[in-house]
Amino acid sequence: MSFLEYAPAPESRAILSLRDRYGLFIDGEFVDGRGTPFQTISPASEERIAEIASANAEDVADAVAAARRAYERVWSKMSGRDRGKYLFRIARLVQERARELAVAESLDNGKPIKESRDVDVPLVAAWFFYYAGWADKLDHAGLGADPRALGVAGQVIPWNFPLLMLAWKIAPALAAGNTVVLKPAETTPLTALLFAEILQQAELPAGVVNIVTGAGETGAALVAADVDKVAFTGSTGVGRAIAKQVAGTQKKVTLELGGKAANIVFDDAPIDQAIEGIVNGIFFNQGHVCCAGSRLLVQENIHDEVVDRLKQRLSTLRLGDPLDKNTDIGAINSAAQLARIRELSDVGVAEGAERWSAPCELPAEGFWFAPTIFTGVETSHRIAREEVFGPVLSVLSFRTPQEAIAKANNTPYGLSAGIWSDKGSRILAVADQLRAGVIWANTFNRFDPASPFGGYKESGYGREGGRHGLGAYLAPATSRSARAARAVEASAAPAAKASPAAKADAEAKPAPAKRSRRSSKSAEKGAAK
Amino acid sequence: MSRLTVPKTYKLFIGGAFPRSESGRTYEVTNASGGFLANAAKASRKDARDAVVAARGAVAGWAGATAYNRGQVLYRIAELLEGRRAQFVAEIEEAEGVSRAAAGAQVDEAIDRWVWYAGWADKFAQVAGNANPVAGPYFNLSVPEPTGVVAIVAPQDSALLGLVSAVAPALVAGNAVVVVASERFPLSAISLAEVLATSDVPKGVVNVLTGSPAEIAPWLASHADVNALDLVGAGALDWIDLEIAAADTLKRVHRPEQGTDAAAPSLERIVGFTETKTVWHTKSLR
Repeated sequence: MSFLEYAPAPESRAILSLRDRYGLFIDGEFVDGRGTPFQTISPASEERIAEIASANAEDVADAVAAARRAYERVWSKMSGRDRGKYLFRIARLVQERARELAVAESLDNGKPIKESRDVDVPLVAAWFFYYAGWADKLDHAGLGADPRALGVAGQVIPWNFPLLMLAWKIAPALAAGNTVVLKPAETTPLTALLFAEILQQAELPAGVVNIVTGAGETGAALVAADVDKVAFTGSTGVGRAIAKQVAGTQKKVTLELGGKAANIVFDDAPIDQAIEGIVNGIFFNQGHVCCAGSRLLVQENIHDEVVDRLKQRLSTLRLGDPLDKNTDIGAINSAAQLARIRELSDVGVAEGAERWSAPCELPAEGFWFAPTIFTGVETSHRIAREEVFGPVLSVLSFRTPQEAIAKANNTPYGLSAGIWSDKGSRILAVADQLRAGVIWANTFNRFDPASPFGGYKESGYGREGGRHGLGAYLAPATSRSARAARAVEASAAPAAKASPAAKADAEAKPAPAKRSRRSSKSAEKGAAK
Repeated sequence: MSRLTVPKTYKLFIGGAFPRSESGRTYEVTNASGGFLANAAKASRKDARDAVVAARGAVAGWAGATAYNRGQVLYRIAELLEGRRAQFVAEIEEAEGVSRAAAGAQVDEAIDRWVWYAGWADKFAQVAGNANPVAGPYFNLSVPEPTGVVAIVAPQDSALLGLVSAVAPALVAGNAVVVVASERFPLSAISLAEVLATSDVPKGVVNVLTGSPAEIAPWLASHADVNALDLVGAGALDWIDLEIAAADTLKRVHRPEQGTDAAAPSLERIVGFTETKTVWHTKSLR
């Protein structure tokens, strides 16, 4: 019996008490949607989990109106201290219900329970805990004294880290004093709806957070709605459409989009750690990670050794039931994503790269893809340029640091990169020259609420996490739009004596200098990635 | 009998040189009462593209210079402007039709803003950056880096101050700039280019185009090698179309500003043309 054989150790699903149907969460209540409901399934078995309501444009408008009311009547008038206490409550409730959330996440998303249990959910709690403390310290956020909230934030998140992306979006928005309408991804709505129950337990005032489930049209309706801020994580294609949709409006936008990260391994790298880091970089979460280290750049003299050891290591990975505590590689999130991964892999072979897949048995039901390495990849190959968003690694080589830097930067993306070397001075010099927003040196795929995350170039703009992430939901008290709003006030009435709350309202909704004349075209298809 | 003056031919400023427009086109620039001042170059799409190539080539050197060095180079510009103060005052008085005092005040403010921004070069990263206390054995630092090539439509209602207010902050972090000058008041922009050409600013770091912003800006907005688009002076253009064109390559877009506050000096204008890079590094005694 090989050490790879093991008895199944499934995490119990008994901890879940799911409803058969979930509505939209608007103004503190679950309500029916006016769109056609859809089923959310487990990608590991294709079994139905629950029926989910679909929000149409009217539902979205209701949610935005609820958020607007909550902003004007409650949240913008509440002290930062009290806002923070609600966020602390939420963080604690997430910790209390951590196992339940982890099981639900692995069931709905297909990711291994050890990742949802040890990475996703603990980070969710950490994110709320971190931003909770910011709520009454906004004067120190870097925007000067008395920064103002933006108002209502419309947030659209992807399916790869459903609850974690929710936390990245909601925690800073609420800490800064905004209210929220959030749209989870179509294939992974479950944990957002459990989170809505947590908000009820926390007694968060109605309307401060609203959750509208649905497909791409729901997201497009939200971006087009009367919101003051749009925050999107997903594909570069959809991000581009959103940037066009909001052109000419006063909406503030942050976009966290695709990537094609280089993971650079120098010949003096600590090789054992590097192998683990490469595996973690691209096979973590089945490679459904926008910052995944999908382009391995290995110094030429260690190329063969690294590839051999990678193959050995990948042969020991356990692929299968996401709820099994031994599982390393879970299910691909959807049939559509699996088709995309297969298509790009076939293109890789057709373009002349050599394909190797780990020899693991794939379950009969569900969506699965074996960990795969391509060697002999050229920089012109599609698998070296396009985001696969799956467990597929392209291996390229280099000789000099200059060549590594040039190849790493040879992409329209610029989200993340990795550097493996024992030489600190070289790491810092290379890090200086990489055009990417997050650089991991002798590590990969680390996330922390205190650490800003976001891209250069076509990987989007704005940062999430840390003080920078808070700034994405604030405007300086003296910003031009605020001054314009005050000027309007001043000319309309002797507004010097306006109450602070009235002033805050006026500042939150400055008269648009130039109205958008673009309607909301189908800005969005599937908030993926 | 008074002396016959020697008028200047005003040309573009691209890659440190002063070429005519490749199109051969010029347009007539007049003073406030309609009198002839000069034939300014009317830049074409090709000129704009040449300027972007020059700017891209200059980014690595300028961004790679030390912040202290960039600060000194920017301060040097202020010194040279001060030496040419009388020339700029006379030019603005003539072009804008304002009083000598008003023209003088504009030049003084432009010089003082260069000095203010020059002083930020080796400080803004300390204000905009951050040491991040992550929950693990990692060194974790966020620093602002220049966005790259910034295309600017300069404020249209002044000859010098608006231009300086838009260009100087973009340079502080190490960006290279392609700026479309005020269509009505382009001559001081070219005089400023002469100052830049004789200062220590490397070739290509600032490129000045004169002509029609409505004609040139769309080419810059859609250019794949431009990283950011500052529409501060584009309020009278169809700027929404420019923003839409810029979205194709996800450029950072700064929307138009109007009135006396337009392009007011601020740290925001520096940081707005930077990207935050966060570096994680393991810590270990072994």
